[in-house]
Amino acid sequence: MKKLLENRNVTGWLMVSPLAAVLLVFLVMPIALIVIVSFWRATEFSIIPAFEWDNYAFLFGSPVTYTVFFNTFKYAFITWAFTLIIGFTVAYYLAFHIRSLTWQVALFLLCTIPFWTSNIIRMISWIPFLGRNGIANSTMMSWGVIDEPVEWLLFSDFAVILAFVHLYTLFMVVPIFNTMMRIDKSLIEAARDAGANGAQILWNVIIPLTKPGIMIGTIFVVTLVMGDFITVRFMSGSQSANVGRLISNDIALLQYPSASATAIVLLATVLITIGILLRFVDIRKEL
Amino acid sequence: MTKFTSRTGLSRRALLKGAASTAIAAGSTTLGAPMLWAQNIKDVTIRQFGTGVSNLNDVANKVKEDLGFTLEMTALDTDSVTQRAATQPNSFDIADIEYFICKKVWAAGNMQAMDTSKIANYDKIAGTFRSGLLTPTSTIAQGTAPHTVGFTSGQNGTEFIQEESGWMTLIPTIYNADTLGIRPDLIGRPINNWSELLNPEFKGKASILDISSIGIMDMAMVVESMGEYTYPDKGNMTKEEIDLTLGIFTEAKKNGQFRAFWKSFDESVNLMASGEVVIQSMWSPAITAVKSQGVPCVYQPLEEGYRSWGGGLGISAALSGLELEAAYEYINWYLSGWVGGYLMRQGYYSAVPETSKKFMTADEWGFWYEGKAAQGDILSPTGDKLAGTGEVRDGGAFLDRMGSVVCWNSVMDENQYMVRKWNEFIAA
Repeated sequence: MKKLLENRNVTGWLMVSPLAAVLLVFLVMPIALIVIVSFWRATEFSIIPAFEWDNYAFLFGSPVTYTVFFNTFKYAFITWAFTLIIGFTVAYYLAFHIRSLTWQVALFLLCTIPFWTSNIIRMISWIPFLGRNGIANSTMMSWGVIDEPVEWLLFSDFAVILAFVHLYTLFMVVPIFNTMMRIDKSLIEAARDAGANGAQILWNVIIPLTKPGIMIGTIFVVTLVMGDFITVRFMSGSQSANVGRLISNDIALLQYPSASATAIVLLATVLITIGILLRFVDIRKEL
Repeated sequence: MTKFTSRTGLSRRALLKGAASTAIAAGSTTLGAPMLWAQNIKDVTIRQFGTGVSNLNDVANKVKEDLGFTLEMTALDTDSVTQRAATQPNSFDIADIEYFICKKVWAAGNMQAMDTSKIANYDKIAGTFRSGLLTPTSTIAQGTAPHTVGFTSGQNGTEFIQEESGWMTLIPTIYNADTLGIRPDLIGRPINNWSELLNPEFKGKASILDISSIGIMDMAMVVESMGEYTYPDKGNMTKEEIDLTLGIFTEAKKNGQFRAFWKSFDESVNLMASGEVVIQSMWSPAITAVKSQGVPCVYQPLEEGYRSWGGGLGISAALSGLELEAAYEYINWYLSGWVGGYLMRQGYYSAVPETSKKFMTADEWGFWYEGKAAQGDILSPTGDKLAGTGEVRDGGAFLDRMGSVVCWNSVMDENQYMVRKWNEFIAA
């Protein structure tokens, strides 16, 4: 027994086994189950084990599926663009313009204050603000900017993306800020000594060195937006759909196999997206 | 969203069963009276779930006061209610569900029928739930009328019987006639037809509910009112009819007719009270809730008639012994009038109006049931003023409202097709 434990292979296996067990039970098995159920057949009140491609056939045969997947990518892309611009700017300001560490920490914590409440609350609080008789419209009307309420502020794609950007920008700020803090300041001095101006330093030094942070932030934002359903439901007034809503509607109507099939397709789509993203940057090298 | 109930009830249930059998054994030897278990009924907890309309904390408190046992309530939206009744039979004792849901959950075998001979007020239950006839001369509306799914062959029967068989699937408690709700102050002209929901005048200010079994019926009312099509049976559409109906609404949606869709009761209240929407499908107490915020809102009677629904209490198949007795006791209490009065004062109708009358003032009964002008202020059960002296209920008397019902909420033969098409309509 003692000899066995001294064997390096055995200790190695024993050391990874807790993590492997956790992943097996909480990641691999649920996904395997979803894959299996996606081939089952559902009637209104029962689910019958079977192996048939009906759920996938219906999914790929419906034009709505393509619209909905397009919508999901549209939300993900626009949200990503906005969170990146805002997130990068905030992180840049914190990392390079704030000199003292105390202030950096204090301002960083300030960014996290909205996260002290639940994201549903943060999302729903936009509704009275953006509504037809909401604060935004009544303020603009009292200023004379508009004559009658702007309708597209609420229950529109604008509202959905606004809520996404509000909810997820911090996920972009944190990793970018983190990588920026690790940039050796002497590199920037060297660039300046070599005659580079501010824009050149930003483009040729800071952005390349911040890429891993940008990529981690991107993965956060893209996966969060692609998997969301509740923000889309509330902010669009149930009028727009992304893949998450398709799944949640199916579940609500007891169509578990159909929901599973959609979930599998979504999972594959997200994995491919991330696979492509990781082609651009080797984040492991930087961590 | 799926709600999972974690529970430690297994041991509790086992314990109770033990207690119950002891009590019954003791009862049969000494007194033989069915009331013997009253000693330990205080330990019983009955878990009820249903939609927000009748799962009220006031009812739970009154049960504790009158019957002594604890009633735990969970309020969910209509789809979640169906889902739980069909898939999680061990998570409830009493299901407070709508009749059309019966068609979906009964076949799953999760519920047991109730012996009408144990229901004290069975004879006083409204005709709609027994023979299907409101008055001896009335015709039966289209859709899943309650009496068509109200009876089964025995305690564990799974098929529906079209006559009073002595075994009821649900004990009826509540029903009402639904129509469109409007904001008269923002519309400023009379509304008389269902077709107004798609009137371009209300572009971006209309809403419909996102619950397929109910929404499709509202849509059918609109389509008929527009003169687009007359259904042979709205409650059981063919695939072509479903395509036609949803096609008309998808086009309206793409033209921006709707401001939003709503799924839960409070969403409809917020849409209306904030002025986002001026005309929409609505439920009676939602009108009450908007009014109690001081915002004018009318439950508009329309020429084509009403869409109706009914709800009742069903018992989980898992229930037996002491808990089953407690469930019967609770249901008998439910029909004895206090809850009925409470629901009537919110604008619903009690399935046993006779007993509810005793728990209402003459003025309340006159206003809510007989359609008479109020003699004084009409208050909601929670004390908000709903109507002042001289005001009359929208739609008038019980017989005028329920007599104009043209369809019931439905589950169709092509339900699965309809559901998928509905999903596409929402995503379109």
